[in-house]
Amino acid sequence: MMALLEAQALEGRTIRPPRAMIEISAVEKIYAGGEVKALTGINLMIREHEFFTLLGPSGCGKTTLLRMIAGFEYPTAGGITIGGCDVVDLPPRQRSVNMVFQNYALFPHLTVARNIAFGLEMLNWKRAEIAARVAEVLALVRLQTFADRKPAQLSGGQQQRVALARALAPRPQVLLLDEPLSALDMKLRKEMQFELKQLQRQTGVTFVLVTHDQEEALAMSDRIAVMSAGRIQQVGAPQDIYDRPANRFVADFIGEANLIPGPLLGLGEGVVVSVRPERVGLAEAGAPDRLKAELRAVTFLGADTLVECQAGEVPLRARIRGAVHAMPGAVVGLIWPGEAQWLLRE
Amino acid sequence: MLKLRSTLLLLLPAVGVIGVFMAIPMLITLVFSFMTANTYGGVTMPLCVDAYVQMLFDQNFDGTLSFVPDYVIIMVRSVYLALATTVLTLLLGFPIAWYIFCQSPARRMLLLTLVTIPFWINTLIRTYCWILLLRDQGLVNDVLEYLRVIDHPLPLLYNQSAILLGLVYTFLPFMVLPIYATLERLDTRIIEAAYDLYVTRWRLFRRVIWPLSRPGVGAGAVLVFAPALGAFLQPDMLGGGKQLLIGSLIEMQFTASRDWPFGSALAIVVTLAVVIALILQGRRSNSGVKA
Repeated sequence: MMALLEAQALEGRTIRPPRAMIEISAVEKIYAGGEVKALTGINLMIREHEFFTLLGPSGCGKTTLLRMIAGFEYPTAGGITIGGCDVVDLPPRQRSVNMVFQNYALFPHLTVARNIAFGLEMLNWKRAEIAARVAEVLALVRLQTFADRKPAQLSGGQQQRVALARALAPRPQVLLLDEPLSALDMKLRKEMQFELKQLQRQTGVTFVLVTHDQEEALAMSDRIAVMSAGRIQQVGAPQDIYDRPANRFVADFIGEANLIPGPLLGLGEGVVVSVRPERVGLAEAGAPDRLKAELRAVTFLGADTLVECQAGEVPLRARIRGAVHAMPGAVVGLIWPGEAQWLLRE
Repeated sequence: MLKLRSTLLLLLPAVGVIGVFMAIPMLITLVFSFMTANTYGGVTMPLCVDAYVQMLFDQNFDGTLSFVPDYVIIMVRSVYLALATTVLTLLLGFPIAWYIFCQSPARRMLLLTLVTIPFWINTLIRTYCWILLLRDQGLVNDVLEYLRVIDHPLPLLYNQSAILLGLVYTFLPFMVLPIYATLERLDTRIIEAAYDLYVTRWRLFRRVIWPLSRPGVGAGAVLVFAPALGAFLQPDMLGGGKQLLIGSLIEMQFTASRDWPFGSALAIVVTLAVVIALILQGRRSNSGVKA
């Protein structure tokens, strides 16, 4: 009796871990006739209500993985479950997942409202329910006044929001976004990043975003999976990935990184030290430093100054607040705090 | 100013081609239709509207006119056959175009080449081949008889079905190619988006593919309807000249009947019919895009 009560008390205290929305296990993809694997050993768990990002350079397999979740591609091996159901053999229309396509893929012959209603009509919703839901999502993306326009009469940002509304209308469990912001200009992209993030919080839908833009990924995601050459390199929260990259690729791909071979810093072979340029400073003359380097170029950028040096064969960059008065060719000492360096095994 | 002048200069070849090959012949036809027939072919003065009156009325001995439906019947039959040809080429051509669209790029090229191969052979010869296939001792009847499906040869040739077959066969590529062209421009992601939004196959066609391929269907319909309306080779050869169509009738006026004004007048009427069809089609596709 006592034991049971204790167990209950314990259970009451433990915080329930977030439930998995998508589970991808040992997924592989080999295209017919291709010797290269498009995806290798993908294991991934995407949580409920999470903003998850697949980040990687083009050709890393991130879009293939997204299309597998949507049902447009089938894994050569491995399993995918969405909300606990095995979906590997299900066609897209039997998955409670909707997608925002790269170029929005709006139906050009239908008005904004009809575009948004499309999925609901296909699901045979009642007419009144469709009208109510369309009005609701139109308000969600703030396009109420554009209901009767054709997609061609909208700007890129508006089309983007219609695509979002259309995908959200059927209340999917997961929203997939394939490089949704790549067609927008810089300013609009920043705005939409914020809006997307807000939309995700408001709706509570699990978002899975594919992008090659690391800044975008860092700004929006709860967690990021960094991919390269058909493999997942690291999964973690943005700050985790930025501060503690799992390997050389991640360190280099996420933000800028100085990758210094171990021997240069008196460490062993097979170790690389990663230091972010903004953490690197110049040592005062005569003061102790971590590394001596020859100054190559000093570029004043306004808020900070980019100092480019070279230590032996290794190029190094430092971003220093304010102006720097030093001449190229001089030998300078570089310093950084101990917690700023991160050791990577080669 | 310079821009305007260069625009005009650049337009010149197109205007020239249209002028030489379309406007001038049309004008000649129009003028001829208002002239009097020369007994030995050709036309003479004076100007009159006899050719147009002749289409509907026969002149009695006392000079009064009585209505004769013969030519109207020929026209109606021609329009009916041209429409039937258009519908049948559409029913056949759309699936063909869709099938080609669904293939890999290399196979698409191959299949499109196959569609255009008939253009390399003279229509007369191709139509004659159908006679060889369809006549009583033709390949089709021989095979069916050999297989004991039939005892007596089927009357496949020299009827309206044979004409229709010939027309559909001849004009099918004109339907397939424009439809394929619009399908090819279709963003495949739109189809994926539809599947993502729970569309079924039939609804995908009905709600997405069909409305988006309407411009191609419209172009194909005009490209088939116009020449089918004026066709005379297929009716003559496969219909055995038993069922007169407007194309044959026109051809006859310039050859056997030597009534050039009447032939010209009929040609003008056919042209008008095609122009009206074009305007209707243009209006439909415009409203389809804008509304």
